[in-house]
Amino acid sequence: MSTSTIPLAHGAADHDWVLPDRGTVAMLSLIVAETAIFGIFVVAYVYYIGKSISGPLPRQVLELPIFNTVCLLSSSLTIWMAERALKKGAMGSFSLWWALTVILGGIFLGGTAREWKKLIYHDGLTISTNLFGTTFYSLVGLHASHVIVGLTMLSIVLIFALTGKLKSEHSRQVEVLSLYWHFVDAVWVAVFTVVYIIGR
Amino acid sequence: MADSTLPIGGAIDLTPQSEVYGTWLEQVHDWVVTADHKKIGLMYMAYALIFLLVGGVEAILLRIQLAVPHNNFLSPEVFNRIFTMHGTTMVFLMGMPLIIGFGNYLVPLMIGARDMAFPRLNAFSFWMTSLGGLFLYYSFIGGVGLQGAGSAPDVTWWAYAPLTERAFSRGHSTDYWALALIISGFGTIGAAVNIIATTLCMRCKGMTLFRMPLLVWLNLVVAGMILITISPLTAAQIMLVIDRYLGGHFFDSQAGGSPVVWNHFFWIFGHPEVYVLVLPAFAIANEIIPVFSRKAIFGYPAMVAASVGIGLISLSVWAHHMFTVGMNSASNAFFVLSTGMVGVPTGIKIFNWLATMWGGKIRFATPMLFCNAFLIQFLFAGLTGIMLSVAPWNWQLHNSYFVVAHFHYVLVGAIVFCFPGGFYYWYPKMTGRMLDERLGKWHFWLFVVGFHMTFDFMHVPGLLGMPRSIYTYEPGRGWDGWNMIVSIGGAVQAVATLIFVYNLVHSYFKGAEAGPDPWDAWTLEWTTTSPPPAYNFASEPVVSSRRPLWDLKHPEDPDSRYE
Repeated sequence: MSTSTIPLAHGAADHDWVLPDRGTVAMLSLIVAETAIFGIFVVAYVYYIGKSISGPLPRQVLELPIFNTVCLLSSSLTIWMAERALKKGAMGSFSLWWALTVILGGIFLGGTAREWKKLIYHDGLTISTNLFGTTFYSLVGLHASHVIVGLTMLSIVLIFALTGKLKSEHSRQVEVLSLYWHFVDAVWVAVFTVVYIIGR
Repeated sequence: MADSTLPIGGAIDLTPQSEVYGTWLEQVHDWVVTADHKKIGLMYMAYALIFLLVGGVEAILLRIQLAVPHNNFLSPEVFNRIFTMHGTTMVFLMGMPLIIGFGNYLVPLMIGARDMAFPRLNAFSFWMTSLGGLFLYYSFIGGVGLQGAGSAPDVTWWAYAPLTERAFSRGHSTDYWALALIISGFGTIGAAVNIIATTLCMRCKGMTLFRMPLLVWLNLVVAGMILITISPLTAAQIMLVIDRYLGGHFFDSQAGGSPVVWNHFFWIFGHPEVYVLVLPAFAIANEIIPVFSRKAIFGYPAMVAASVGIGLISLSVWAHHMFTVGMNSASNAFFVLSTGMVGVPTGIKIFNWLATMWGGKIRFATPMLFCNAFLIQFLFAGLTGIMLSVAPWNWQLHNSYFVVAHFHYVLVGAIVFCFPGGFYYWYPKMTGRMLDERLGKWHFWLFVVGFHMTFDFMHVPGLLGMPRSIYTYEPGRGWDGWNMIVSIGGAVQAVATLIFVYNLVHSYFKGAEAGPDPWDAWTLEWTTTSPPPAYNFASEPVVSSRRPLWDLKHPEDPDSRYE
């Protein structure tokens, strides 16, 4: 067998060959899939507004979680500041902003926990009480489970940052993770609108 | 001239395979821990073929029961379980792994990449999918515990509420069904994410989007569709599990919930799913038909546009499964029209395939035979599809054997023809040996005869009013003879399938050596050895047209001159 008689490369390929970053593409694809899942839960929530046969009803028990919402949404800003610091290589600043993001996310999760405790023990609303309970706990719970996943990953990065393992060359991976976090925040805007404004 | 220069020099490592293999145990270990897209692809295919046989046995059991009126071969309970398992198996454990397996094996090779974008995610996806299958079949044992062995899910594969609610579906069989689909759904979504990232981010130099083989394009479209169709199914299954385990009321009509919501959610998944399954079949036809017609594919941009068009339109047709549920006339009209519209891009594809063959030097080898049969059958299936998409006709025939005949015509007529065609075409690449052509012809002709006996004649009892999902029927309604013919056709298909399986095993040991490029084809996978080495290409290929291998074989008249 004669080898290398025909060059493998032929034709002009001298221009730069740039392809999108696979991490970003994969995260965006995952976000599309997650959006579809949330979409179905939101549709179910909206469709079942006012269809509960028994109480308690949303407007009797739900309070606007304004503080929570402010915390979660501002964590999108702090994670962006952290990313910017990482690109510049300012590791101290990165850790600070990143830790702040984790804390803000934690406050949000704590707020949801307090809200659920009140609903369950004070108002007697569980997932099986009525249709409102079913759709409320499913939708808010689905979001909260995403917050938990996000916080876990953010915390791992924080540990890496505090132990000095994270360098500015990891900024692409960190960017992919922050895409997920932005998505979790954006979903909350939809959940908040549907559950606490339209549905109340 | 082509064979003497292939595989391309420097593209491979010349270490003999015998030195690479270790002991039997090491090989098994190697398959279990592998992150190689080719091995994972092959495992997907093996998994799909095993479940093709399992689902096929179930189909034969159903057809034995229905062959004659008043039959007592299966009890009504067992009949319900078997047809639920048949549907679920064929869609989720045969169809999905098969399309993902081919995508896994071929996409990186065709775009000149060394592996998928995320090899370990790939392995994870496969093992999740296979866990889902085991989980589903474990329900035969675990449905209501050992004392109730054999109690698989019996809620049909579309599992309409409220039958699936705790009150009506006791035991755990429905839970196994829901959880199995959630688990394999995660695997499927992971695979789709991987295929998208691979296609967009791993292409070799010069492989622009519009130079990708159509198979890769279609896998990209399918992966995109999986993201927005499997996810709603996962969401709906989560709701079902919440209803069943936590006392939720999503589909509980007594607490204000609505079973119709399940219908919508299921078919929002269910109809695009048909295209998820059938587009990869188109993808195989897109590769085989040009090579065996000795012509480049006709209308490449139109083919891409039509695929994307089918993907988009198919997202808005789901409620044509629900005309009898009772929607308002505006919804009916919308879904009639949107369903009709899917016929347009599909028609474009059929004409392009015909135009590819027109004036070509056609070689009727087994892969081409399967693709030609697919063309004719898919046309017929499309025509009955148009009939069923018209609401008044649908009201008449909904839930009859006409519907069963229609969708089997689509799925069997397209998938179970194109994928065997794909096996005959790529088996030499996968194993280094040709499949036996004589057995292949036997497989093809028996399968064609069996297919047409079964599914052509299945339309008739449907038109005569035979409902689907019944376990037996009375004599003298004009259904008897037709059902017998349908059942005999099923047996013929079974024989053909066994020949195929025998051929797969036999040719692995006894088949003729294939060489790197047995079909004189044009895409990148044929530039490397058969089977390809773990790294696919030793040096990254560079392409400058849609048919890189044509350019190499015909440097005096390369395609790139015309692009």
